Amino acid sequence: MTLEELPTGKRARITAVDWSLLAPEEGQRLRAMGLDEGARVAVAHRGVFAGRDPLSIMVGRMSVAIRRSHAQAMQVEAL
Amino acid sequence: MRMRTAALVGNPNAGKSALFNALTGARQKIANYPGVTVERKAGRLVLPSGEPVELIDLPGSYGLDATSPDEEVTRKVILGEFAGEAQPEVLIVVLDASNLEQHLVFAQEVIELGRPVIVALNMVDLAQRDGLVLDPKALEQALGVPVIPTVAVRRKGLAELIAAIAKAESKAAAEPGGHPRPHITLPERRLAAHNIAQGAILSETTQHRLHSRMDKLLLHPWLGPPILFALLFVIFQAVFAWATPFADALDAAVGSLIAMANSVLPASFLRDLLTEGVLAGVGSVVVFLPQIVILFAFILVMEATGYMARAAFLMDRLMAFVGLSGRSFIPLLSSFACAIPGIMATRSIADPKDRLTTILVAPMMTCSARLPVYTVIIGAFIPHRTVGWGIGLQGLVLFALYVVGIIGAMVVALVLRRSVTKGAASGFIMELPKYQLPRLSDLLIGLWQRAWIFLRRAGTIIFTATVILWLLLSFPKAAPGESQVDASIAGKIANGLEVVVRPIGFNHEIALALVPAMAAREVAVSSLATTYAVDADDEDEAALALGDKLSSRWSLPTALAFLAWFVFAPQCLSTIAVTRRETNGWKWPTFMLLYLFGLAYVFAGITYWSAVALGL
Repeated sequence: MTLEELPTGKRARITAVDWSLLAPEEGQRLRAMGLDEGARVAVAHRGVFAGRDPLSIMVGRMSVAIRRSHAQAMQVEAL
Repeated sequence: MRMRTAALVGNPNAGKSALFNALTGARQKIANYPGVTVERKAGRLVLPSGEPVELIDLPGSYGLDATSPDEEVTRKVILGEFAGEAQPEVLIVVLDASNLEQHLVFAQEVIELGRPVIVALNMVDLAQRDGLVLDPKALEQALGVPVIPTVAVRRKGLAELIAAIAKAESKAAAEPGGHPRPHITLPERRLAAHNIAQGAILSETTQHRLHSRMDKLLLHPWLGPPILFALLFVIFQAVFAWATPFADALDAAVGSLIAMANSVLPASFLRDLLTEGVLAGVGSVVVFLPQIVILFAFILVMEATGYMARAAFLMDRLMAFVGLSGRSFIPLLSSFACAIPGIMATRSIADPKDRLTTILVAPMMTCSARLPVYTVIIGAFIPHRTVGWGIGLQGLVLFALYVVGIIGAMVVALVLRRSVTKGAASGFIMELPKYQLPRLSDLLIGLWQRAWIFLRRAGTIIFTATVILWLLLSFPKAAPGESQVDASIAGKIANGLEVVVRPIGFNHEIALALVPAMAAREVAVSSLATTYAVDADDEDEAALALGDKLSSRWSLPTALAFLAWFVFAPQCLSTIAVTRRETNGWKWPTFMLLYLFGLAYVFAGITYWSAVALGL
């Protein structure tokens, strides 16, 4: 399951990230914000209208907005 | 001896600038979203011993490997690679206490450098609101550096922090160079951060309720965008409705000053300069102070509460559609105040082409300098009535002008991203800050600063441009029966330009006002006021408000074309100068000037001829 498919509000752990799907500096920024293998996350909100993009992700006590394309590169396991 | 330096470092939105202001007495802009500070700022702090220390405020960063131009500045200053600046002796790492685990990652990287480090555990009050009780002593032991709890915006913990800086200073002097610690990898650092944070948390309740409840409503997929839109709508209605009594009072005050000057002073060159140039011209701009203050009150509240970052979240979809990211939203939103800070704020955008596109479209966001131009024309030509549900027609037209600017910017961005700034669309990655209740005194300081900037512009750039124009309008003196404006030097210059702008419905006076308005857009208003004051046949006519003069002389299509022109026209020297600086050359400012004047000309023409065809 990818982070993008994770139901809103469900807690999960990132098991793998396919960095090749992301631009290098975007990957670096995501890692800097703690969105990396092993991070405990939850999808807090999904974006506007039918596109449901971007996503608001809880990482620890921080909310981070990312695009769906980023979330699709991240494999998660529900906790 | 060179003054010793200390630098504030940490993640974005940790409160570094608030701490900087509290320690130095400076009034740097602070707001509740990541990326407010985009350049290094220096101030002076005095230690208890009386020794001054230079304190440097740095842009927030998530690590020492920079991805955007503002983070690059931080990295260079910390490592002592910043040109013309010595490495700071003491580094003050500012941590958000309510987000400790995340902020400790960068903190460890800074501590590893081996320089004297002090940790300011900031926003401990917000952490407590979140149900977090922390143990600074445990944190101090784990990190091996002094930890001082602070609440920068409430001036708490400052004396302790200053004492710690003094101690670290003397230590730095004793052992220059420091002791670098072993370098560890990012995952190791993150694991350590988790353990250190857990060790420092004495008690913890679950997530803060208010924060998630507000997001639930404001980021709601269907309710969020209408709420944002309604809020913007209310702002523009308020700019008209609330400001009118104050603006009228100011207008009357300027009018009575002119009348007084005319009755007290003997007729002379100086009296005319004072009444026609200074009072009519500069006064016509100053009367818009209430509108400016109301607009900024809304913007400052949105920034301070944390709603601005949510607006970026809501707008991201639209921005993605035109090839930009929500990251461009905040620079563009800042451009509603003024394009200059807006263009500076693009430094937080990592992707160079994304950044360039944002710089190029930023001048289309309706800046506060356009407000006088729009308001005077709307006030003179759009009837003051409601269109149902208590919505004022004038506010609606103003709102429409803002919307046209936004649509213009979006369309241009779309075109640019497929041509000159072609490239893969970059993503949107942004921390959403916690909601905060703004402090009234911070808001008032911010408001006062904006009002002061506006008045200072009126007193300098607008004053100068208007006085020069008045001189050019007053000489040579007209022969009897001839119009003074037509006979003057300025009138002759305007004749040339009039040939160009006549096809889009502009008259001689507009052609005359456009040249000095290159200095700043408000000058268009002061120039028109001065021109009509010089041209007035008698003092009764001279005393009329500018709006009344305009409505009796211009046709409605001309007025609408004038509004359309100012949606696009890049009439601001400062914007051109800052674009040159931020893009390192004349290529992009020249491009910006050409395309914006082109758009202004075309749209003013379309507006004029459509209005004429409709028989308006």
